[in-house]
Amino acid sequence: MDRAAIIGVGTTKIEKSKIGETFADMAWEAVNNALNNAGMTIDDIDNVVTTSSDFWDGRTISCMAVGDASGAAHKNVSCVEGDGTYGAFYGMTRCLSGSYKTTLVTGHSKGSQSVSSLITNSAFDPIYERALGMDMVTACAMQARSYMHRTKTTPEQMAMVSVKNHGNALKNPLAHLPMKITVKDVLESEMIADPLHKLDCSPVSDGCAAVIIAHESAATKFKQKPVWIKGVSFCADSFFFGDRDISRAKSLTKAAKKAYAMAGIHDPKKEIDVAELYDAFTYQELMWLEEMGLADDSMAGKLLEKGDFNIDGRLPINASGGLLSGHPVIAAGLYSMAAVVRQIRGDVGGFQVKKAKTGLVQGLNGLGGQSHCVFILDKDK
Amino acid sequence: MSDQFQGIEPMVYKSKINVPYSWWAGDTASKFYITLRDEKKITGTKCAACNKVFLPPRKVCPSCFTENKEWVNISNEGTVITFTVARCQFAAIPSDKKVPVIWGMIKLDGADTAMLHYLDEIKPENVTIGMRVKAVFSEERKGTIRDISYFKPV
Ligand SMILES: [Zn+2]
Repeated sequence: MDRAAIIGVGTTKIEKSKIGETFADMAWEAVNNALNNAGMTIDDIDNVVTTSSDFWDGRTISCMAVGDASGAAHKNVSCVEGDGTYGAFYGMTRCLSGSYKTTLVTGHSKGSQSVSSLITNSAFDPIYERALGMDMVTACAMQARSYMHRTKTTPEQMAMVSVKNHGNALKNPLAHLPMKITVKDVLESEMIADPLHKLDCSPVSDGCAAVIIAHESAATKFKQKPVWIKGVSFCADSFFFGDRDISRAKSLTKAAKKAYAMAGIHDPKKEIDVAELYDAFTYQELMWLEEMGLADDSMAGKLLEKGDFNIDGRLPINASGGLLSGHPVIAAGLYSMAAVVRQIRGDVGGFQVKKAKTGLVQGLNGLGGQSHCVFILDKDK
Repeated sequence: MSDQFQGIEPMVYKSKINVPYSWWAGDTASKFYITLRDEKKITGTKCAACNKVFLPPRKVCPSCFTENKEWVNISNEGTVITFTVARCQFAAIPSDKKVPVIWGMIKLDGADTAMLHYLDEIKPENVTIGMRVKAVFSEERKGTIRDISYFKPV
């Protein structure tokens, strides 16, 4: 099979409210950062994939709001709704199709501009469920309860995820919420929806991220040493929340297994050096680790306590600070991808981990992670 | 920001998407809601291939990609699989509900999938996973999910 690589990444700073910038202004900044990073001009880009959500943006065909600023004029431009990793998946397949050599993929969102509870309530089925008034926070609170019940994970262990990730963000100048906090601070923060405290939840942030993916025949023609996509898989589970065992993430387990197989990984616990996971809520980091086989069942909390997932630990998780420290919905997975690419290149700055040959990026979408996308990135082809 | 924007105060442009929708419920949900409204009965659909009973009922089995043709009656009683308690008045919470609002994921006897609904007549701190609950139907039923008022402890 032909191969594809990531040859440029660019992001805006993640902020609570980008008052000076429209969607297009953010895209302009992220795209130019990615082009500079890759040593490319917009003429070197064959086609563009943008990722956005019409509901979050408050307009239909929300991708068209950023096309011009992404240099998509007179090019084939297509749009994905979902996490940025889904856009990257599509962008990669375009490079592998033989039709294009280079794809620019962007993801943007400004959570500050609408009401997240109303937006995520709309993810529920309108005929059967929406009128009950649940949203992403209350749905994930149910999932947290269910996961804690099955695995005996404690509120203190969950709080430690928040302490670790907000602490990691102190070394990431792009993060929205770098904080030095304690387990006590998390447990004493306001109860939002049992069992989730305010500091168990990610903020809703503004930001745009861009990555440039190239077919192998073009991957070495520009400035950066390519970071190779060794494995990737995308899986979705049943839509109805009550159809799933929500203490588990079957679609993530499947996606991870397929991505490992494609990358030739037999023991992910040993072979993955660094990972950025979708920690929209504290429990999710632990749950996703187990569901991807990066920790044994019900053991992620204990390994966290031992320091395994710290920047200097056995398997650094969310060294960037993760989404708990800044969560631009939709763009999120591309921020994670950009962080892992830079880790592998060794140019990520303050939160560089010691060994970063092979990295994992996870993106998700839907209530409690209905669908998941897993990328395995590697220094070597 | 470049010099040309020095001293320019960013403006906020207030807007709103306000579009009414009329969703036809479809045959399956219509039958479910009519039975709920007129007979105070909860019904589900069954997949002939995997024998699973789905609540809320739907036309197609999500696992088998086959049409669910059989209808079965489902008990008004069931078990709480998980739950949460909203402590903040989130914007999505209906105006007649005041926090703390408790939602449960409830697996009714006779169904293989769980449904979402309110739990009430119980203090939030007394709700547990595994507790048995029973549907309380609304006095005035209009053919919506709120024809069930809430579930209460058995
Ligand atoms: Zn079936």
